[in-house]
Amino acid sequence: MIAEAGLIALWLAAALAFLQLALSALGLWGGKDELLGAVRPVAVTQGVLTAISFCALVALFLRSDMSVLLVASNSHSAKPWLYKFAGAWGNHEGSMLLWVTVMGLAGAAVALFERALRRDTHMATLAGQAAISLGFYAFLLFSSNPFARLSPAPANGQGLNPLLQDPGLAFHPPTLYLGYVGLSVAFSFAIGALLTRRVDAAFARAMRPWVLAAWVLLTLGITAGSYWAYYELGWGGWWFWDPVENASLMPWLAATALLHSVTVLATRDSLRAWTVMLAVIAFSMSMVGTFLVRSGILTSVHAFAVDPERGSFILALLAIYIGGALALFGWRVGAVREGATFRTVSRESALVMNNLLLCVILGIVLIGTLYPLMTEAFGHKVSVGAPYFDRVAGPLALALMLLMAVGPLLRWRQDQARVVAKRVAVPAVLLVLSLVVLLMVGAGTIGVLPLLGLAIAIPVGVASLAPLWKRNLLRTPLFTWGMVIAHLGCAVSLAGMACDSAFTVEKLVAARPGDTIRTAGWTLHFERIAPIAGDNWTALQADIRASRGGGAVMIKPQSRFFTLPPTTTSEAALLTRWNGQLYVVLGQEADAGRWQLRIWWKPFVTLIWLGGIMIALGGVLALIGRERRGWRHKWQKGEA
Amino acid sequence: MKAKHQRLMLALLALAALVGAGLLAASALRDEAAFFYTPADARARPVEPGKAVRLGGMVVKGSLKHAADGVTIRFDVTDGKATVPASFKGITPDLFREGSGVVAEGSFDASGTFIATNILAKHDERYMPRELEGLEYNETTHEMKVEP
Repeated sequence: MIAEAGLIALWLAAALAFLQLALSALGLWGGKDELLGAVRPVAVTQGVLTAISFCALVALFLRSDMSVLLVASNSHSAKPWLYKFAGAWGNHEGSMLLWVTVMGLAGAAVALFERALRRDTHMATLAGQAAISLGFYAFLLFSSNPFARLSPAPANGQGLNPLLQDPGLAFHPPTLYLGYVGLSVAFSFAIGALLTRRVDAAFARAMRPWVLAAWVLLTLGITAGSYWAYYELGWGGWWFWDPVENASLMPWLAATALLHSVTVLATRDSLRAWTVMLAVIAFSMSMVGTFLVRSGILTSVHAFAVDPERGSFILALLAIYIGGALALFGWRVGAVREGATFRTVSRESALVMNNLLLCVILGIVLIGTLYPLMTEAFGHKVSVGAPYFDRVAGPLALALMLLMAVGPLLRWRQDQARVVAKRVAVPAVLLVLSLVVLLMVGAGTIGVLPLLGLAIAIPVGVASLAPLWKRNLLRTPLFTWGMVIAHLGCAVSLAGMACDSAFTVEKLVAARPGDTIRTAGWTLHFERIAPIAGDNWTALQADIRASRGGGAVMIKPQSRFFTLPPTTTSEAALLTRWNGQLYVVLGQEADAGRWQLRIWWKPFVTLIWLGGIMIALGGVLALIGRERRGWRHKWQKGEA
Repeated sequence: MKAKHQRLMLALLALAALVGAGLLAASALRDEAAFFYTPADARARPVEPGKAVRLGGMVVKGSLKHAADGVTIRFDVTDGKATVPASFKGITPDLFREGSGVVAEGSFDASGTFIATNILAKHDERYMPRELEGLEYNETTHEMKVEP
């Protein structure tokens, strides 16, 4: 019954999306103004229905209802409840249901909470949101029904890919999806504004919180995904330029550009057409990412099903929405009046540069990700990996960091180069100093990119604090704090990345229980290796006593064997210290009695994710700051 | 500057950025894209030593040897038409074994041995390196089928 209820809720939600589109279109352009009053309740109901449908799927997974095909092929009754729960979206159909649920809820939120937008643009936005949702409903209902029954029901399921059996699964995909799909709101806003020809500062102020929220969630999702890959894969790396990682990076790059341009539009009423274009690109990148990941065109742990029909379905959706939005843009951009102008030396210019650099990096990542697909069409198998992305995107990212240090120190509209030079003097001197020091210490031993990264991180960190200089810190607006913390987070993250690639010490040994290994100031005593059993796995576990100077700590890397489905995963042991992480992986038995151990000491590697969290925190502060200011204005107006 | 001119300038800048990104990407891809070779490909068109490539094929039965340090292995990779010696230092994926498919990242050294820096894992039956999809090894005839 639960499965049928979920399916009915999904069909009803799809019908309501159609109704929402029809009502708002008739109301706006059919002269039936009275219909518009119904749009908001319909959008909210649609959101509730998607939530019901999603809860139904989660319930089916929690109850291990094997008569449902999706549960039978992806779950197992012997699984811990957390993975039954999170397993609901650890598969193709479930994750697409999560996608439309988030989309429905986002539409409901826009209907309920958006107050700043003009009524006609608001309705056009909801029409846009309904139009996008419809395509994904169709995709779910016609080619990926999560509630399909299986008859006869098997005694038990096939289990979940062990790599996904990690608490990270409960957090990483939903956050990322909230971010991806949150960008659909920005997309709908852009469509709405183009339809009603109202692209101005007020529109940007209304759109900004939605962009900020989506961007914060994307940032968190990527940070969490990076850390998950780092400890779960056991390769010691934190970013692999895997197409799936790129699929999440591309919307983030576009959203970051959008976040900055929407601020220009909100504050200065410049970059109108530009901002609308970025909003279209940002969600397009989310869809491209979904297409790459879900179509099975790329084989990875994220591609749950290889099914050409689904791939073509998503490709068609992609073509319709992106093509449609671009056509609308081309048709209506002439009607969008030019905004306010600015001088070459101004904060607007710096933000334009920021946007250009971000877009160039985005283009490079996109080309690098799609290139193997293009060459394969011509019969050449090619892989594009870290060497390409590091070489091309790395220097540009560093240039972007330098720009990030200077931009916030510029005034809006126009500024004087000489005055600016004075403001950036201290960071500039720091930059030269750190470069000289690092060149003397590390030339030849540290790669060019990490060396530059280290040299840049410190002055950029200092410069990002400069907007607080000589200000009353308590009276500084929260959104300025947000910007400062997010920019500082970038510098912190950069420092972590550079330290990791410059100073990591790696050791690969074959050791017997009883052996002692010394590396990077650590003493590791390999005490024993023994089998242990978990909920639904067994493992070989090495007990290693690690010490550095004083007190010793036991660390226990494992090699796990799952029977459902039969798979082996390695569980790295991590030991976090203030100045880095010790990372130990247990390999296979080399020969009688000797075991392979791979040991890394990674100085300051944790800064990478700390920086990511700071960036997201900065976004949250900016969001709260802007919203609070809005409430206060409204309240003061009410008083007067 | 008039608003119209500024918009034109911005549009030109955006166009320049797009073209720039394309050119940068194209020039870097020429050097950095790692081509996929089977042993027969590598014999037909020798790869210059040190260039990053991927090598795919089957691990020849009986060729796997462990070095004394316990972490280096040597093995031969075949596609039925040619065989290439390879070596790898590190922890191999669990499904790496003699007679099974392998995709390795690395480069050839001057003597023609493939120095693998990474062996791509086949997590289980469902998740295998894309390059291996077209490869099938016939156990009895020792022939390898390569589908484009």
